[in-house]
Amino acid sequence: MTNTLHRYGNAESFRDDYIVFASPSKGKNDEGSIPKLKKFLEIALPFRPVNIGDPAHGGALRPSRNETVASHWHRDTQPRLRKVIDGIDEPASVAAVFDNIEAAENFLKAVKEADLGLSVNISTSIEGAQKCCKFAGIAPHSVGYSLGFEGKLEKLPNTQILALTTMCGHGMISSSMGKKMIDWVKEGRRTPAEAVTYMARFCSCGIFNPSRAKRILEDARNKME
Amino acid sequence: MKINPDKCVACGNCVYVCPVGAIYVDPKINRAVIDQNECVECYACYNGLSSERLNPVLVRTVRKLFQMARLRFDPEPDICPTAAFEPDKLVWPRVVRRAFSDPRATHESTGVQGRGTEEVKTNDVTHRVKQGEVGFTIEFGRPGVGVWFRDIQKMTQALAKANVPFEKNNPLTLLMSDVTTGRLREDVLNEKILSAIVEIKVPVARTEEIVQLVHEVETSIDSVVALGVGTRCDENGEERVVGPILERLGYRLERAKTNTGLGKITNIEAKSPKVEVAVS
Repeated sequence: MTNTLHRYGNAESFRDDYIVFASPSKGKNDEGSIPKLKKFLEIALPFRPVNIGDPAHGGALRPSRNETVASHWHRDTQPRLRKVIDGIDEPASVAAVFDNIEAAENFLKAVKEADLGLSVNISTSIEGAQKCCKFAGIAPHSVGYSLGFEGKLEKLPNTQILALTTMCGHGMISSSMGKKMIDWVKEGRRTPAEAVTYMARFCSCGIFNPSRAKRILEDARNKME
Repeated sequence: MKINPDKCVACGNCVYVCPVGAIYVDPKINRAVIDQNECVECYACYNGLSSERLNPVLVRTVRKLFQMARLRFDPEPDICPTAAFEPDKLVWPRVVRRAFSDPRATHESTGVQGRGTEEVKTNDVTHRVKQGEVGFTIEFGRPGVGVWFRDIQKMTQALAKANVPFEKNNPLTLLMSDVTTGRLREDVLNEKILSAIVEIKVPVARTEEIVQLVHEVETSIDSVVALGVGTRCDENGEERVVGPILERLGYRLERAKTNTGLGKITNIEAKSPKVEVAVS
């Protein structure tokens, strides 16, 4: 899950981005972990996550192999949270994404009380994670810092595109797609809410944050960097 | 991956979704094609695009009529109207492209999906990174740039020369022909992938040395590098050792992944130590 770590932005830009994920470890606690992973996401639902997902099947908004012409006018854009939970069939990390700290804090507290025995991580700003852990009465075990991007930075797109595309840490949302969606929003061809649904479908493990993406697109509409 | 020319209608939707820009509409045949040298077999096109199964002849005719009338149809941008993408049967060494690029492809060696191993996210049960140690994840190619194994080898060889041991269960380590020199298998060097992660672990005292080594080597690599640094917290859940070193080196620490320590070892075999039975 380094895929949640290297999101582009400063700490303030993560004010609406909290990913809490549960991971079984091969040979340590993976036996019988599938019901626990499902339980983890069940616990998340009352706190209104903006996305949930597992790496084998995807997030709450997925592509379809059988669209029809009608989909160009009446596309199903409703996140299918229950489908994600029901579809978990192998021990792998599952994630719940929240767009406010109160939800993340309360969810983490509920997860601690559930005592599932899985490794649970929170990926957000350092300060945000500290606040969530403190609220839940948790003393963190380890921390993994992101030092950001280095090397041939001239190969990267502008910062607004980066902020959008790095929300799929596996790189499944292309820079061209991010730029196209910004352009379409600026042209008025799509609303920010519509544009984020296209990008969310490419994120293969459901950690894309549609709420933060919508904010970034709204910002980009007014000012292209 | 390939695009079936009998099905493709050159709508251009796929051109925008390729993370490495390997898809283009060839004006000679008026079909979308994939630059096989640049394609990293990430399957973003195949897995991410929704599909309709429209008749290609009909769609081409309608598009042509629209074009003649200077009308623009405004379709959904994430749909392939004729389901034209068809996965190839990948063979060695090209198959490593997919293993390192498609997050849904499982590395047969580790059984882990994605690019790396479990690093600090399961550190509360694996205890891989202990007090006084630092785990580095040195990731190449992300976001959306891609990287050749021959470039990654520059880093692995430099790290090996500095006597840095590699995480043995990392898929990249398993591609090394010699872990003592950091050499990768000769037959994968000219393969391009979306990203890969070198995982190492060193004593805290070597943090600055490793950061500087990465800085030096990355100048000769034709890609981007994302550095992650993992370490243990103290008994109060505070981390006051590595963070200050990184800040002294000029990093602004904005984001982190925090392991809450809620994990427990529950597998029966892992809980009970193996008992050797003496045979007389």
